[in-house]
Amino acid sequence: MNGGQDLGGMQGFGPVIPEPDEPVFHAEWERRAFAVTLALGMLGRWNIDMSRFARENRDPADYLTSSYYELWHKGLERLAVDKGLVTQEELRAGRALAARDPSLVAPDAATAMKMLANSRGAKLDDPVAPRFKVGEPVRVKNLNPPTHTRMPRYCRGRQGVVHLDHGVYVFPDTHALGLGPKPQHCYSVRFSAGELWGEPRRDVVHLDLWDDYLERA
Amino acid sequence: MTGGSKRGHDHHDHGHDHDHDHHHDDDAITFRVRALERIATEKGLVDPKALDELIETYERRVGPRNGARVVAKAWTDPAYRELLLRDATTAIASMGYVGRQSEHLVALENTPKVHNMVVCTLCSCYPWAVLGLPPVWYKSAPYRSRAVSDPRGVLRDFGVELPADVEVRVWDSTAEIRYVVIPERPAGTEKLTEAELAALVTRDQMIGTAR
Repeated sequence: MNGGQDLGGMQGFGPVIPEPDEPVFHAEWERRAFAVTLALGMLGRWNIDMSRFARENRDPADYLTSSYYELWHKGLERLAVDKGLVTQEELRAGRALAARDPSLVAPDAATAMKMLANSRGAKLDDPVAPRFKVGEPVRVKNLNPPTHTRMPRYCRGRQGVVHLDHGVYVFPDTHALGLGPKPQHCYSVRFSAGELWGEPRRDVVHLDLWDDYLERA
Repeated sequence: MTGGSKRGHDHHDHGHDHDHDHHHDDDAITFRVRALERIATEKGLVDPKALDELIETYERRVGPRNGARVVAKAWTDPAYRELLLRDATTAIASMGYVGRQSEHLVALENTPKVHNMVVCTLCSCYPWAVLGLPPVWYKSAPYRSRAVSDPRGVLRDFGVELPADVEVRVWDSTAEIRYVVIPERPAGTEKLTEAELAALVTRDQMIGTAR
């Protein structure tokens, strides 16, 4: 979606301000939001692409004025309600009002650590042929789905060259909607900075893009 | 700001009114987060000990020291460097760094004429098992917006002036592949041990905002 999350190339945010000796978390609620997000995710009711969509699918003003872990928490509240883990009434009341689905088992500490370590990621074994070869020129389609996509606006319609074939991966656009992984190749595509930003420069930008985003240049 | 910098720097830079607002914001989000945790705990959807373990892991055990050891090994062991550049997932897993947000890794080697820099313009993708959780600035709108369109300007924000003849290669982590920059080994370090070399490597070098 063309939402507040699609920040590449936007202007006006000012300089990057690194924080010396930055702590991992800046407040206790950030620790809790982080851990509850991971733990509820381990129940398997949603995937990472659904999580990203739940965070970004909101008024851009809300996105841009929410801190990082606020967005995590807002996305988590939405998923927890949509996927039937908690109800709006419970969120309003601040306490449990009904029993959980008995098929759900919260991972204990050891199981949670195993799940983190054994995370399989998004690479698939499906024997899908690549549509493009390394070295081949490609153009990014001009697509504007109102749903989740990992094709930033700044690369649409632009021409690049396939730099690496990462192999077959879950396709986030369908995965975020519960429509399955639609296995296909994901590539690192190299663009010249001039192609993306309109002025000749020697620098390059690589994006990871799937077959469905690309056409022959 | 998406990186939460309003709770970081602005907090100190602005006047009392702003501070006051921020405390209200903190109260509101603290209440919401606590409410969901309480509900989830009461329903048995989360195990409080698992929550503590997750926090402990990412706050105390995992961090950029992992990545620094990878870099130092690549600097001292040519066979490891070759494997790291060919198959970073296998090379980094061989040191025990595996898991969430580091399932598929690519190592990017800096040279005298090439500087690599990693960003995630769409969210905050970052190799957790190698570098820990990302700093606020990495998740912030200023970095995510400008790293792709003005990488040399972003480097100047970090005090790095890159010579014109050095090519900048920006890597926008739009998929589940995570990138780690391998900085150049500093001159005059030939006699240092692997552990001493690891102590020289910084997080920002492995993101690409330091040279």
